[in-house]
Amino acid sequence: MIHQDSKTILEVSGLRAAVEGVEILKGVDLIVKSGEVHAIMGTNGSGKSTFAKVLAGHSAYQVTGGSVLFEGQNLFDLEPEERARAGVFLAFQYPIEIPGVSNSHFLRLAYNTLQSQRGKDELDPLEFEDFVREKMKLLEMNPNFLDRGVNEGFSGGEKKRNEMLQMALLEPRLAILDETDSGLDIDALRIVTNGVNKLANKDNAIILVTHYQRMLNYIEPDYVHVMRGGRIVKTGGKELALDLETRGYDWVGVERRVPASA
Amino acid sequence: MSMSLVNSNSYLESLLRGQPRLPPSPLAWFNQLRANAVDHAGRLKLPTTRDEEWRFTDLSPLVRQSFQPALAAPALQAADVERFSLAEAAIRLVFVDGKYMPQLSTPAERLGNRGLIVTNLSSAITANAEAIEPHLGQYARFEDNLFAALNTAFLHDGALVMVPRGAAIDTPVHVLLIATQPEVASHPRCLFIAEAGSEITILEDYVSLNDAIYVTNAVTEIAVGDNAQISHIRVQRDSTEAFHIGNCAVSLGHAGRYRSVSVALGARISRYDLNTVLDAEGAECAIDGLALINGRQLADTHSSIDHAKPNCTSRQLHKCIADGSAHAVFNGKIMVRPGAQNTDSAQSSRNLLLNAKARIDTKPQLEIFADDVKCAHGATVGQLDSEELFYLKSRGLSGAAARNLLTYAFGAEIIDRIPIASLKYRLERTVLEQTKKTEP
Repeated sequence: MIHQDSKTILEVSGLRAAVEGVEILKGVDLIVKSGEVHAIMGTNGSGKSTFAKVLAGHSAYQVTGGSVLFEGQNLFDLEPEERARAGVFLAFQYPIEIPGVSNSHFLRLAYNTLQSQRGKDELDPLEFEDFVREKMKLLEMNPNFLDRGVNEGFSGGEKKRNEMLQMALLEPRLAILDETDSGLDIDALRIVTNGVNKLANKDNAIILVTHYQRMLNYIEPDYVHVMRGGRIVKTGGKELALDLETRGYDWVGVERRVPASA
Repeated sequence: MSMSLVNSNSYLESLLRGQPRLPPSPLAWFNQLRANAVDHAGRLKLPTTRDEEWRFTDLSPLVRQSFQPALAAPALQAADVERFSLAEAAIRLVFVDGKYMPQLSTPAERLGNRGLIVTNLSSAITANAEAIEPHLGQYARFEDNLFAALNTAFLHDGALVMVPRGAAIDTPVHVLLIATQPEVASHPRCLFIAEAGSEITILEDYVSLNDAIYVTNAVTEIAVGDNAQISHIRVQRDSTEAFHIGNCAVSLGHAGRYRSVSVALGARISRYDLNTVLDAEGAECAIDGLALINGRQLADTHSSIDHAKPNCTSRQLHKCIADGSAHAVFNGKIMVRPGAQNTDSAQSSRNLLLNAKARIDTKPQLEIFADDVKCAHGATVGQLDSEELFYLKSRGLSGAAARNLLTYAFGAEIIDRIPIASLKYRLERTVLEQTKKTEP
C-alpha cells in the first residue's frame, strides 16, 4: 500500500555489480517505502536475480558502483548475517538442502539468533515447537517437515513454502522473493502467495522478483519495474504486468529509447 | 641418521621387559598363544613411514615417550564415571587403565540373563575355555602386526561377551575403558562371540579422565555365528595427548551380519585397523566410520573387507573431518577372492577439510579376483560449500555458527547410524562443541 508519508526502507542509487569481472547490474535505481510491494520483472539474464543476491550480500557478486541504503544505513557495510539481523530477508530461488541438520533445529537457530539480536527472549525447543506449528498452519505445511533435514528431499513447492515459513518466523523489514513462483503448481502458488499477503503489513516491504505475471494475480503490487540489461528501464502500476503478459518484454526497452532521444 | 629408528627396537625390548611377568595360566594353549606372540613381538620392528601400511603415520612421537604398565588403578567411585554412563546400557564392564573394576561394573550374570556371559576375560577364561579357545587369537593375526603381537604377548584381561544360540539381547552392552594415569601402557583384549541366530549390540568406549599422555594398544576379536548379528559401536575419545592403537578382527558365519560404527575424536595419534572376513555365504557387513580431529591430531583408519565366499554384501561409508593442522588417513581395502561370485560391495570415502593446514589422505583399494561381482567405490575431498554457508548466513547465523552447523551435519550422517539413542545424542553434542572451537 502506498502512503506518501511512509518511511523509506530501501534506497538504491546507480547500483553496479559484476560477477567474475562481467558487469551484470549497470546502474539500478529504486526506492522502496514501508508498506509497499514492488515487482521486478524481466527476462532471463536481465539482472533481476543478481540484484536480489547483491542485496542479500552473496560473495560471488562484486559491487562496482552506486550505493544502497537500508533504513538509512549503508547496506554494503554489513555482512550477509548482519543484513539478515537488520531485517533483510532473501527467499531463495533454489533453497539449499542441508542433510544432517533437522529443519526444526535450523529454524530455531535462525529464529533465536534474531530474537537475541532484537533483545527478545529466545525459545527453548518445546516453546519453539508450538510457535512454529502455528506459523506452519499459515502455509498449510505438514508438521513432519520439522523433523526432516533442511529442505532435504523436499519438492520444489515444499522448499518454497519452507522459505515462506522462514520469512514468517524472522519477520523481516524487507523481504526479497527471488522467483518464488517458479516450480509451483497452482495450489502451491495460491498457498504461498496467500502466506505472503498475510505477512505483508504497513511496516514492512516486499520485493517480488519474477519472470511471469501469474504471481501478481495473487499478490497485488504497488509498483511494477521492468529490468533489462542490468537497469530498471520502466516503472508502472500493476497494469504494466498485464501489458508485459500480452505483449512480452521486447517493446519495453525500445519505448524507453524514444523519449530519451527526444 | 634418525634417532628414533636406531632406538625403536631397544624401545620395544624395554617395553617387553617392563611388563610384569604374567602368571602362567592353567590352560596350556593360552600360555602357548602368549609365548608365540612374545616371540613375534621380539622379531617384528616398529613400523615406519617407509612401510606402505604406515606411510602417513609417523610413530616416532610414541617412541620418544616411555610407558609402563599400570601397577594399580585408582579406585574410582561411581560418581567419577557417571558422565560416561548410558541410560540404555544396563550391562556394563568398566576397565580403568586396563584393570577390571568389578565395583563399577554390572556383568550379565547379575541380571539373570541365563546363558549370556558378559564379564571380564581373565575371570571367565578357565570356566569357558572350551568355548573361547576356538576364537581367542584366531582372528587378530600377529605374525606381521607388531601391536597385535604385543597385545597378545601381554594378554591378560578385557571384555568377554558370549551370546548363546538364538538369544536376542535387547539391551546394549557397554564396555567402558577409562584412562587415568600418565605414562601408562594398557593392552585391553576383548572377545565378542555371537552364537548362531543370536543378536547383540556392543559399545566399545575409550575415554579419558584427563589430558595425560598414555598409550592404549587394544585388540578386539569378533565372531559372528550363522544367522547371528553384532552391532559394534566403537568410540575413541582418548586424551588428545594420548596414543591409541586399535586392531579389530571380525569373522562372519553363514548369513551373519556385522554392523560397525566407529568414531574417532581423541588421541594425538590414533590408528584403527578393522579387518572383516566374510567367511561364509550370505554374510553381510556395514562398516561406517567418522574421524573428527583438530589441532595436531592424526587419525588413521585402515579397513579391510575380505569377500572370501560368494553371495556376500558389504557397505562402507567413511568420513573424515580435519581442522587445524590435523591429518586424517583412510585406507579401505575391499578384497574379492577367486570364486566369491555375486559379491555386492559399495564403499564411499567422503572427507571435509576445514583448514588450509589440515590434510586428508584417502585410498580406497579394490582387489577383485572374481568375475560376477558388483563393486562400487568412490572418494571425495572437499571444503564447506559456499552456497550452503551463504544460505545460513542469510538467515542471520554468524560465519562461525554456519560453519559449525554444516560441519556437524557432515558428521551427523555417521553418528545417526548409532543404534543407542543416548549415545547418539551425546556424541552429537560433542561434535557440536568440538566444531565450535573452529574459527576461520
